[in-house]
Amino acid sequence: MKVTIDGISLDVPQGTTILQAARMIGPEVAPPTMCYYSKLKTSGGYCRTCIVKVTKGSNQNPNPIPKPVASCRTEVLDGMEVQNVTSSEVLEARKGVVEFLLINHPLDCPVCDQAGECHLQDLGYGHGAASSRYEFKRREYEMIDIGPHIKLHMNRCILCYRCVKTAEQITNGRVHGVMHRGDAAEISTYIEQALENDFSGNVIDVCPVGALTDKTYRFKQRVWFTKPMDAHRNCKTCSGQVRLWLKGEQVVRVTRAKMPGMKWSPLFAIHADLIIKKHRIGLLKVPLKFNGIRLYHKTITST
Amino acid sequence: MQLTQRRKMVSNKTLSFSERLYLPAILGGMFTTFKHLFKSKPTIKYPEQKRPMAPVYRGQHVLKRDDEGAERCTACGMCAVACPAEAITMESAERKKGEEHLYREEKYAQTYEINMLRCIFCGLCEEACPKEAIFLTDRLVSTDFDRNPFIYGKDKLVEPIDERVDVSKRQTPEVLEFKKRPGLKHNTTALSKLHSTTNA
Repeated sequence: MKVTIDGISLDVPQGTTILQAARMIGPEVAPPTMCYYSKLKTSGGYCRTCIVKVTKGSNQNPNPIPKPVASCRTEVLDGMEVQNVTSSEVLEARKGVVEFLLINHPLDCPVCDQAGECHLQDLGYGHGAASSRYEFKRREYEMIDIGPHIKLHMNRCILCYRCVKTAEQITNGRVHGVMHRGDAAEISTYIEQALENDFSGNVIDVCPVGALTDKTYRFKQRVWFTKPMDAHRNCKTCSGQVRLWLKGEQVVRVTRAKMPGMKWSPLFAIHADLIIKKHRIGLLKVPLKFNGIRLYHKTITST
Repeated sequence: MQLTQRRKMVSNKTLSFSERLYLPAILGGMFTTFKHLFKSKPTIKYPEQKRPMAPVYRGQHVLKRDDEGAERCTACGMCAVACPAEAITMESAERKKGEEHLYREEKYAQTYEINMLRCIFCGLCEEACPKEAIFLTDRLVSTDFDRNPFIYGKDKLVEPIDERVDVSKRQTPEVLEFKKRPGLKHNTTALSKLHSTTNA
């Protein structure tokens, strides 16, 4: 199927969404996303950040779609023509979406651990207005400890459902989800039940904002003062693809190393790029150098 | 090749009798010296007497407290990133319960150090600060014989609670306008909770 996005044509298989096609072309035409996560099934469709304008529906029906559509949920048709950054209407609408996302967001970036790698920060910087018009009280929640290593800061949540879907799809028997509706909706573990699963730490990595943060890294360093280093750890349960965040020679944080194209499933965790809790905490204690000798570089073998 | 225009021709001309007496030259020199006695002095007696300073002089930094006396700095690291001389380092810590009157936000700077020997007093830290916490003041950084005392920690940088440092002249009208907006006030709930518990 031939689809044209911002003047660039591409052949894609049937069932591809506009967003996936745009990502195939490259980051310069791909619309930004907040809730869509390529590895999750049925993700996307909540945040409306990825809206695009369809100027030509298909070869059979060349009429344009009158309203901007969510590109993560709209499949391409043969001969479709899409405008993203070339359409001022889309950019204006996206600016409105950003403003809506920021209505209840506390804008406490100086405090937040996500600052520097926050998708909402990037989005606000790229598409939002410099100031907020919202003058009412923002919704406020108490911070919740989800398990011993995850902190939920509900004020910052934009309800993208990524963590809920992650927990649903990689673990069996999830214990957290979204309660209530509309403005009152909030991420919650049922009756404050901790996420006990070994893979639950991955919800920190999928959170696009600073709502779910790593307690072992809490307020330790700013992201831009640390250096990432990819490493591998032999593991029977997970992929062992970790990214160590270094401050000098000290490991201050361990996250999952993003590996594109890997499928997520509870049965095949070894082939996904998920990591288990043991590495997130255990690797913090491993020194990078011992008596001046580098213990590992790029690769860590389990002992 | 002539490099400058200051070249002078040297001659071996012998001095005349009056020149050889040297008296007119000496008297001329004395007159110049004497003339200076009646001129106004360019120097001042420094520690007792001080020259006026520009109100926006960029001298020693201050870490401001808010109106309730809590430290404004939240150790976000923007000043350290902005600093072209890499003079600022800090470590952050989490505010515990009962410390709401000490620190304005849930995160605060446990240590905050400025190396005054590295600092070039450009004021970019002040510009980068999102919390209106750091300001340059018209105070001078004092001298020392050693290098270590020039690393200023929180003890020297945070303003004393009873001796506030006035930085109102360094705040532009835009900044003052920014502060008026109710939506941008930070940490109001934590403080109001604190006040409600102390009142009750």
